[in-house]
Amino acid sequence: MQPIFPLQPFLLPFSQNPWTYAVFAVIGFFFGYVLEISGFGNSKKLAAQFYFKDLTVLKVMFTAIVTAMVLIFLSSAIGILDFNLVYVPETHLWPGIVGGVIMGVGFIIGGFCPGTSLVSASTLKVDGIVFLIGALFGVWAFGETVQYYWSWWNSSGYLGRLTLMDVFHLPTGVVVLLVVFMALFMFWGGEQLERIFGKRDMSREPRLRFAGAGALVLGALAVILIGQPTTAQKWAQIAPLKEPVLTNREVQIAPGEVLTSMADDALNVILLDVRPETDYNLFHLYGARNVQLEQLDILVPELLREPPANTVYVVMSNDEQDATLAWMSLTAESISNVYILEGGVNNWLRTFAKDEPAITPVPAASDRLAFRFSAALGQRYDAANPDALEHQLIYTPKIKLERKRSPSGGGCG
Amino acid sequence: MTSISPVKTNSKFNLRKILVRPEKPYVHPYAGGVMLGIVLFLAFLITRNGLGASGGMNRLVAGVEDALVPGHIDRTPYLLKLAGGSLNPLDDWSVPVLLGALVGGAAAGLLNGRTKIEINKGPQVSNRTRLITAFIGGALFAYGARMARGCTSGQALSGGAALSAGSWALMMCIFAGAYGLAYFVRKLWN
Repeated sequence: MQPIFPLQPFLLPFSQNPWTYAVFAVIGFFFGYVLEISGFGNSKKLAAQFYFKDLTVLKVMFTAIVTAMVLIFLSSAIGILDFNLVYVPETHLWPGIVGGVIMGVGFIIGGFCPGTSLVSASTLKVDGIVFLIGALFGVWAFGETVQYYWSWWNSSGYLGRLTLMDVFHLPTGVVVLLVVFMALFMFWGGEQLERIFGKRDMSREPRLRFAGAGALVLGALAVILIGQPTTAQKWAQIAPLKEPVLTNREVQIAPGEVLTSMADDALNVILLDVRPETDYNLFHLYGARNVQLEQLDILVPELLREPPANTVYVVMSNDEQDATLAWMSLTAESISNVYILEGGVNNWLRTFAKDEPAITPVPAASDRLAFRFSAALGQRYDAANPDALEHQLIYTPKIKLERKRSPSGGGCG
Repeated sequence: MTSISPVKTNSKFNLRKILVRPEKPYVHPYAGGVMLGIVLFLAFLITRNGLGASGGMNRLVAGVEDALVPGHIDRTPYLLKLAGGSLNPLDDWSVPVLLGALVGGAAAGLLNGRTKIEINKGPQVSNRTRLITAFIGGALFAYGARMARGCTSGQALSGGAALSAGSWALMMCIFAGAYGLAYFVRKLWN
């Protein structure tokens, strides 16, 4: 059984299932409701955070973050949530840092953030309504001016889907536990500040909060103990479903179909060559990227952010053996539209390098390069990017695009 | 609407009685946080997306621009991605979340007697100053939020819970920006 969450319909374009909008509206309702009852509709309460008198903002925010975090990674650990499908905002470091500081300035001047201004406005706080109008103006102004620093905004410090686990090279559970400890330390510090600056009697605070802290620590420990599923475990979960696809040869696509797809501007074709680097340097398909099988998992976060609507992955080895392993890994990591070059690079060369005197066939073992090259020209051989018109391409088309929606919501966020 | 004076009438249906309730205190911050965390978790679990506010605002603005000046959209790179050609800028999860949040906030305010026309501000500033700073603050916040590709909801809260490295860096910067300036604008709030 593969993880049932996130639910299938939410991976597809919303227009296919209009009811999904209603689900988002319900989520939004509870979002707004909880913000209001936490006091986030009141700018005085929000601003007090920055004068150490009332640390409600810090407490609500970090309690929410660690609660959700522990639940997310517990669900992933026990195999009900596929974390690869969870939208992790991509890291654009510098725009994030500059934008973050601007947001902080706006926060202390205006007294709200966009979410809190919504509930303030809907409870008729005039300052909240005016902040909201200002925010709409700011959004408009951004759309009009970002073109003047477009490349900085798009590429400065761009690190893709990057988690704290990747940054610190620590197991997921350890990061979860450290974040919980950090939050608890901040809560403790926050309560001290409230006692000193806000003159609050902390002995009247509910004792239940210690139980809550204990539950978070236990949850994080459970995430460490269970661990996150490995690629092999994920494959084992989906193998009964996906193995027939391999044996029925539904995903092994002919060289002709690969060539046609490469030339198709409507498709974003990503060629992954999993052969040894020496073979790759001798010859590879035009635009193919060399990646070793054991390093495929490092590539996964990068592949997960390719546009989901029209991306096709083609994995290849010299024959099909390693390519099939790569296909299994990528499919287990929830990457869709992955195909195997039928017969591998050897079959490609048999099809397209017939007239190239520099490339001559030699006997070779299974999944080894069965050609000899006069020079290591890589993709500069004609056969690396043959002219489709010069060859008779006869094949049964097998690519069936699974169309998915982009989780970032197009213009992001 | 602003007073909590007892209403004496004999009619069974009394709108004022429904709308004007005694003001209840806010929930404990940790309790609010746990509830918010559960909402956030369920959002991720069911839909793969977290929560958001500035993204929805962005799309509402793009929607208005698309209706008024479609040609301008198709000449502006950022708007092009949202609403270029026949793309509907409102066709995104962030829009129903935003509208839901407005309704949810209104419901919570009504049920707890906190819906009243008022201006919250520090004791030393006039209403006019408060509203001007609210507008400027809103504009700055939203500008920064779009630059950072998400605000406190979409980045700090959602990205933070999903352990996005960039979201954590950005969250620290929000607090740094606010604490850094807090002393200089203390008259606004104290």
